[in-house]
Amino acid sequence: MALETRVYQKERTIKFGKLLKASLSDMYHSRFLARQLAERDIKAMYRQSYLGILWAFIMPLTTAAVWIFLNSSGTVKLSNTGVPYPVYAFTGTLIWSIIVASINSPMQSTQAAKGILTKINFPKEALLLSGVYKLLFDSFVKILILVSFVFLYGVGFNTSLFLFPFAIIGAIIFGTTVGLFLTPIGLLYKDISKIITFGMQFLMYVTPVVYAIPSTGIMKSIMLWNPITPIVLTARDLVVGFTPEYLGYFSVVLAVCIPFLFLGLIIYRISIPIIVERLSA
Amino acid sequence: MSDKRVISSSDNEVLVKVEGLSKKFCKDLKTSLWYGVKDLVSGVSGSSLERLLRPKEFWAVKDINFELRRGECLGLIGHNGAGKSTLLKILNGLINPDAGKVTIKGRVGALIELGAGFNPILTGRENIYNNGAILGFSRKEIKSKLDDIIAFAELEEFIDMPVQHYSSGMKVRLGFAVAAQMEPDVLIIDEVLAVGDLGFILKCFKTIDTILPHTAVIFVSHNMPMVSRICSQIILMEHGCAQFQGNDVSKGIDLYYSRFAGNSSNVVFTDGSLQLKTITLLGVQEEEGLPQVSWMDNFKIKLEFESLLNREVPNFFITIFDKEQRPVAAFEQRKQTDKLFFKEDNVLSFIVTHKGLQLSKGLYSLNVSATDDASNEPILRINDALKFQVIHSKDIWPPLLLKATYENC
Repeated sequence: MALETRVYQKERTIKFGKLLKASLSDMYHSRFLARQLAERDIKAMYRQSYLGILWAFIMPLTTAAVWIFLNSSGTVKLSNTGVPYPVYAFTGTLIWSIIVASINSPMQSTQAAKGILTKINFPKEALLLSGVYKLLFDSFVKILILVSFVFLYGVGFNTSLFLFPFAIIGAIIFGTTVGLFLTPIGLLYKDISKIITFGMQFLMYVTPVVYAIPSTGIMKSIMLWNPITPIVLTARDLVVGFTPEYLGYFSVVLAVCIPFLFLGLIIYRISIPIIVERLSA
Repeated sequence: MSDKRVISSSDNEVLVKVEGLSKKFCKDLKTSLWYGVKDLVSGVSGSSLERLLRPKEFWAVKDINFELRRGECLGLIGHNGAGKSTLLKILNGLINPDAGKVTIKGRVGALIELGAGFNPILTGRENIYNNGAILGFSRKEIKSKLDDIIAFAELEEFIDMPVQHYSSGMKVRLGFAVAAQMEPDVLIIDEVLAVGDLGFILKCFKTIDTILPHTAVIFVSHNMPMVSRICSQIILMEHGCAQFQGNDVSKGIDLYYSRFAGNSSNVVFTDGSLQLKTITLLGVQEEEGLPQVSWMDNFKIKLEFESLLNREVPNFFITIFDKEQRPVAAFEQRKQTDKLFFKEDNVLSFIVTHKGLQLSKGLYSLNVSATDDASNEPILRINDALKFQVIHSKDIWPPLLLKATYENC
């Protein structure tokens, strides 16, 4: 039986390609660990509460309710979106929250595992995967609510609804890619997570999350350039059964994201020992 | 760690090879973070420049070399902050060295933190899965070992209770029980077994003893009897450097203790009426100020006290402590027939004699205390009044080596 040999030294002698292969293989082999970690966190989150899992429904429902109220009371005058506003707002906020959560997820998962990172050697990719699992769990609850909205407001069933998960995966890939690039620095400096929270608030207003793209003006051009726009719009079109007109841009964004996602994974793998050293020093 | 493991034929191959290993740390947080950013950049771009000390940095580990084969155990000793844990972290692959190279073959198991990944709200049973997953077990493996783990931890009754209600000893027991299921080729042990009751500690070491023969072990501890019991090599670290390294484990341990020798004689109690002027051993050789007595020699302590108030001759208690501050022996107290008296200048000078000292090889110290003869109230108490070394060719761990003869009967 040949023993696996590990070498630890200063220089990185392993090529990017090999690192990526190792990273993906670790991610694949740590599925159980990732699931276990996600299960642990989800269970722990809801066990010490009376309403338990209901909280997962309460949060997105109230957010949607606020926008529905703002619209119906006339506080905010919104252009006609062509679909019942609750469905419009809810798909928007759903996909937006997935993007925000997946940007934060790599950093949060790694930060939360600080205690074990400095003590035990395990495949760190499992942390990323567990973050995605938790995200999928949260999204799943929200999707259930969304689907019931679709029927409740008489939008009706469209076969394109089956494609909606792909839009979600697109959102997760986009968010994770951005998140992975911010993670190494974000773990060193707390400023990064503050900037994300802060920046995402502003970004939301230049993305058609709760209102449609205006027909003219500077806002229109900003929104059209914004790479998050096609993700949000494609997702929404799939839900309500419109022809997704931004599918082209959506594919371009994804096609650009995937090589960057891999690069992000490589950087993550390289940076973890450096981060651990600074965390535990 | 079960006995079903097959020992491979290549038992003598080097499993751990460490060459010129160094690691630096930064003393200042802000600077450290900034260096972290720089290291990230050079890590990703793959710079191979030599790592020199930057401002505010120091070597936490400097130029460590060793090789370890299957069945060998390396003891890493040294004071707090000597760099032991940093070295372990590098060996475990948690952080990268700044110079040098580590080559490790086989599965690495680390007993650095027990019960990693425990969530306090979840039950012991659920946490076995969490911890097991982090240690690299599959779900199937954990399932098949679950009963063993619970039985080993002796927690059958509480296994479905949230871990937050466990005592710290129980948590460690559960953590060790999971970790004990690992079958590593290289095992790294940090001070983790300090918690837990005696029975459990003994159980842990029994487990470690069974895996020792087919594993290369690196053991960090401040528990010297344990180090001397299980280690075949030793490295004494100080300020990141190997101060002593070799197979002579007891010499390394002696050196470790001699680092503490600085804090000499201290008076822990006095009522001000009596003062110890001198304490010496008679008829002994001295080396670097340390009196050396050969085993079975006569042991003569000369003590000189000065009385500050006119008082009666008190009772003296003289106790011998070993280097771990365990009391080993005490001298008989003064009998009524042993007449002692203060001279005109208020000086009391006397010799305590013991014939044929049977202490085993090692370093010892004397504690001296005096109590009033009549009221038995304490007058003076001095710890580490005198240090001495017992010389013998044989190194044994019990504190006494009793002279014996063997004959047929």
